[in-house]
Amino acid sequence: MNVTLILACLLASTFSKNKFGATQKINNICIKNKLTSPGVMDLPHQGYRATKPRARAAPSAGDSVLFDDTSSAAPGMNSQGFYTPAYNMAGPSNDMQGGPGVNNLFADPMASAAMMYGSSLANQGKDMVNKEINRFMSVNKLKYFFAVDTRYVLKKLMILMFPYTHQDWEVRYHRDTPLTPRQDVNAPDLYIPTMAFITYILLAGMALGIQKRFSPEVLGLCASTALVWIIIEVLVMLLSLYLLTVHSDLSTFDLIAYSGYKYVGMIFTVLCGLMFGSDGYYVALAWSSCALMFFIVRSLKMKILPSISSDSMGMGSNSKPQLRLYITVATAVFQPIIIYWLTSHLVR
Amino acid sequence: MAFTLYSLIQAAILCINAVAVLHEERFLSKIGWGVDQSVGGFGDEPGIKVQLMNLIRSVRTVMRGACFFLLRIFSHLTVSG
Repeated sequence: MNVTLILACLLASTFSKNKFGATQKINNICIKNKLTSPGVMDLPHQGYRATKPRARAAPSAGDSVLFDDTSSAAPGMNSQGFYTPAYNMAGPSNDMQGGPGVNNLFADPMASAAMMYGSSLANQGKDMVNKEINRFMSVNKLKYFFAVDTRYVLKKLMILMFPYTHQDWEVRYHRDTPLTPRQDVNAPDLYIPTMAFITYILLAGMALGIQKRFSPEVLGLCASTALVWIIIEVLVMLLSLYLLTVHSDLSTFDLIAYSGYKYVGMIFTVLCGLMFGSDGYYVALAWSSCALMFFIVRSLKMKILPSISSDSMGMGSNSKPQLRLYITVATAVFQPIIIYWLTSHLVR
Repeated sequence: MAFTLYSLIQAAILCINAVAVLHEERFLSKIGWGVDQSVGGFGDEPGIKVQLMNLIRSVRTVMRGACFFLLRIFSHLTVSG
């Protein structure tokens, strides 16, 4: 017991590079242990499609929509905006509640100290991981794409399968920031593509199992093939957008979202192929290809092609709108090709 | 085709290497793609060719830095593996 405590102290001292040290982390832990929340906000990664996306009440406007955790009372442990209030609370209230409060949990003060050190270690590890991840991609921007609710998902799936009656394709803005998917059905999200990707892999496994061609390696191969095609498509799109100096606000995550929407069509196609045989497969392939092409062209047209009203650069060459149109059409035409490529071997 | 992530990394490394070894004065100037020939319009629409030349030059610059040795070592390992 003492050896583990000493080891924990050594590890904590080596990990804490900042000036704050272990003591303030312990204060932080004490406060957090006081306010243990029953339902911590966890990201919707748990199950595929069976979990209800967070159906929150209508939030107040502004960007507190993303970071407000309305399902728990405690400061959210995942969101970084809440870190400083926890630090501020640690100072004044720790003197009153630190000593006698924690000792009530364990009769043995060594065990409680060890528990504090252990949880401070875990917290420091989590901080390091968060810091490293934030170096590569902005977690806040990623949260925007997962701010969905049930109504949005249902409407978006309907639009993906039948986009011909949807009127307004503009992505609405609110004071220069795009609205979250909860409030705007045209906004791209990453929840549907992620869940559709996972569902596609499982469905591929099931389809192969029905035909007695299943083995666990095939599942991994299918998953990595689909992932590689997404990466290739996103890279080609980024390269073409860069070469043609298209100043659009399409970020990498937007492109990932738009290229991930084809998995919904793929799932539909494979299901029809399994249920109705080869004819059903081709009919469903044609239907989802047309719907997806229409969807992609209408969605990307707003962002890539120059709007007619505001023409700040009057000296654009004549080939520009044509090339941008080519990009949009090429992206759209690529979708049915890849749908066919990735699903034809599942349905014989 | 059944891709793996491994083959994607291999292909990416080989492609970047191919772009990086395009020699500036022996080859690119001969076909009119040298960067000294790209100082053109000062408008804000550079055009595809200029963008492409800038891209090639930037890939070569990055590769000549620390990435050079890393890439060579990594490609030896992967291609032989």
